[in-house]
Amino acid sequence: MKQDIILAGVGGQGILSIAFVLVNSADKKGLYCKQSEVHGMSQRGGPVFALVRMSDKPIYSDLIPVGEADMIIGLEPMEALRYVNYLKQDGLFFTDNTPIRVGGYDFERIKSAIEAYPYNLTVDARHIASEAGNKLAVNMVMVGAASPFLLIERAYLENSIRTLFARKSEDVIKVNLTAFEKGVELGMQLKFEKSTSGGKNLP
Amino acid sequence: MRTEILLGDEAAALGALHAGIGGSFAYPGTPATELQEYMFLMKRNYPGVYIEWSANEKAAYEAALGMSYIWKRAIVSMKHVGLNVAADAFINSAVTGVNAGMVIMVADDPGMHSSQNEQDSRFYAEFARVPCFEPSNQQEAYDMTLEAFRFSEEVKLPVMIRLVTRLAHSRAIITTETPVKHTPLKKGHDWKKWTLLPANARFRFQKLTELQPELAAYSNKSAFQKLSIPENGASTGVIASGIGYNYLMENSDLASLPILKIGVYPLPGNLLKSLTRNLAEVMIIENGYPFVESRLQSIVQNPSLKVRGRLTGDLPATGELTPDLVRKAFGKKTKQPAFTVPENLVVNRPPRLCDGCAHKEVYNILDEIREEFPEMTVFSDIGCYTLGALRTPPSIESCVCMGASVGMAKGAANGGLTYSVAVIGDSTFLHSGIPTLLKAAGDNSPFTIIILDNGTVGMTGGQDVPIPGERIEKFVAALGVPEEHVKVLIPIRIHHEKNVQIMREELKYRGLSVIIARRECIQLVKTKLKKQKKS
Repeated sequence: MKQDIILAGVGGQGILSIAFVLVNSADKKGLYCKQSEVHGMSQRGGPVFALVRMSDKPIYSDLIPVGEADMIIGLEPMEALRYVNYLKQDGLFFTDNTPIRVGGYDFERIKSAIEAYPYNLTVDARHIASEAGNKLAVNMVMVGAASPFLLIERAYLENSIRTLFARKSEDVIKVNLTAFEKGVELGMQLKFEKSTSGGKNLP
Repeated sequence: MRTEILLGDEAAALGALHAGIGGSFAYPGTPATELQEYMFLMKRNYPGVYIEWSANEKAAYEAALGMSYIWKRAIVSMKHVGLNVAADAFINSAVTGVNAGMVIMVADDPGMHSSQNEQDSRFYAEFARVPCFEPSNQQEAYDMTLEAFRFSEEVKLPVMIRLVTRLAHSRAIITTETPVKHTPLKKGHDWKKWTLLPANARFRFQKLTELQPELAAYSNKSAFQKLSIPENGASTGVIASGIGYNYLMENSDLASLPILKIGVYPLPGNLLKSLTRNLAEVMIIENGYPFVESRLQSIVQNPSLKVRGRLTGDLPATGELTPDLVRKAFGKKTKQPAFTVPENLVVNRPPRLCDGCAHKEVYNILDEIREEFPEMTVFSDIGCYTLGALRTPPSIESCVCMGASVGMAKGAANGGLTYSVAVIGDSTFLHSGIPTLLKAAGDNSPFTIIILDNGTVGMTGGQDVPIPGERIEKFVAALGVPEEHVKVLIPIRIHHEKNVQIMREELKYRGLSVIIARRECIQLVKTKLKKQKKS
């Protein structure tokens, strides 16, 4: 039993918070885990990516070999696409659909490239996060949407979100949990038929 | 026994705290910064441990050495290039030796994620003739730090821990031990050991040299080395050091080869001989320079053994290793990626200066007058403002090492360049811009130093600088730079015209001028506002 996950986004989007939620949950469930991240220059608006590996057996490498990731969770569509070579043939490609543009960014073509992956989900996570009370909670919407496909049960994830925001107000915890739950609702509607190609896109 | 989820850096920090240190000294630098950040985070639980962001790595190193002198354990941490700055103290502290245990945590950056080079600190440890530990995972980063303190006291030498980016910045669960209490202060007594007059130094250096077989014996029997020779008669074996071992073991079909995992230096000669005795060839996997690879034959002296690795092109000569690269080195097929990255769609997202950053306005000023002073050359330095190189056209023309902007601008001016400019941040200036300034003030070299004073070490996440920026102008003036050529300005759009005029005048001045562009780091402002809002 093992799961390798790639998290991708832009500096400041909260990639490392998702990483914390996943690793903390895996630890509480008693799984081995490793989580590697790239910092430094990325704090200045560059790409940020993190790797999360969890398994019931000890894990050696902090890096995931190419073509072996079970899932990509993107907080920005082009950044998610940047690491698609890591994804397995039947891997899940989840991303928020709000572009953070740079010169040469072609959103329409990026969108159609993503929709061609067998198991993809693009989410208007920013809108959903706003509804939950804070447009910055995009990361929690995405981890919620991915949660039905994770090795870790929801209760672990919710507890880790509480731990993550433990020093903040009760309000902040509530908003983030709501964003998470709204993501879960989306994820639960997905019925990936592994035999069929062509993913399912929700509004 | 407790478990924690920690970064490699943090695991080493906790190891040091549990080893009962009296102090931790550091200068920020990716990927080493998080060790000291963790120390500050844990400060409350470890009263009596002195923690500081030092002015530079040499200052940090010497302070740690001073603490060891009074019989308190100390750790100093830095990124790999920081050890260049601290090298004088480091090499000589191997000759003096230490009193209480002293550990140097150096984080190397293979692949240059955020560095100018990928120098490998194991060469430094060998050069200084001190032991070095190279953890392969977070648990070892913790365990080895504890052991490094013990061993440092046993052999009375400073001991290095070498991390690499991928371990420094990767989290895993570790199990910890019961902390040791730190020892009370004792006055040093052996003045001869510590005073490297040639007569004493010759004696000490002889001692250091005579100690080497003992270090090798320790390395041969250390539990951090792992030799496994299966009875399958394989003729190809592997030596994997540090995190390179993980990339080997990730490939389960390679895990049954004869393998020596190396975690401690000097190299374990006996183990190397045992491994290679019946082998026809050996692959060396090390995430760094070919250190083991270049030393192996001089130890095992086996001409029929074929040594493969980075030098032979089986692994890439430079850059970070990965499980896939290791696989390929053995001629094994790697998994074909199911999907390829659509390169035409995935464009570069270069890091950029933050919205509202003061550095941007300074570059706007320089860019505006560039045409008036076609010969103007802007030498720059290490910090957020290095990103000025990514503007169109580039606002800066060099970035070499900490403090180099001032030295290069001075040398260019002394060579006859008419408009020579140094652009340097406050922290970098305090770190190593000052010595050149002293001479420049002394001979009144004709160039302009622009100090970007944002009140923090910005690039590494906002650490403290040693003194408030307001003292810099007094200091500069006290060196003899005429007060009318020490200018403080606020780099903000509404002052643009006024600032451009100041810049023009100081460029034209044929002596040393220092312009201090002062406005707080925008990230720091944001953090402060958040805190205010909270309270």
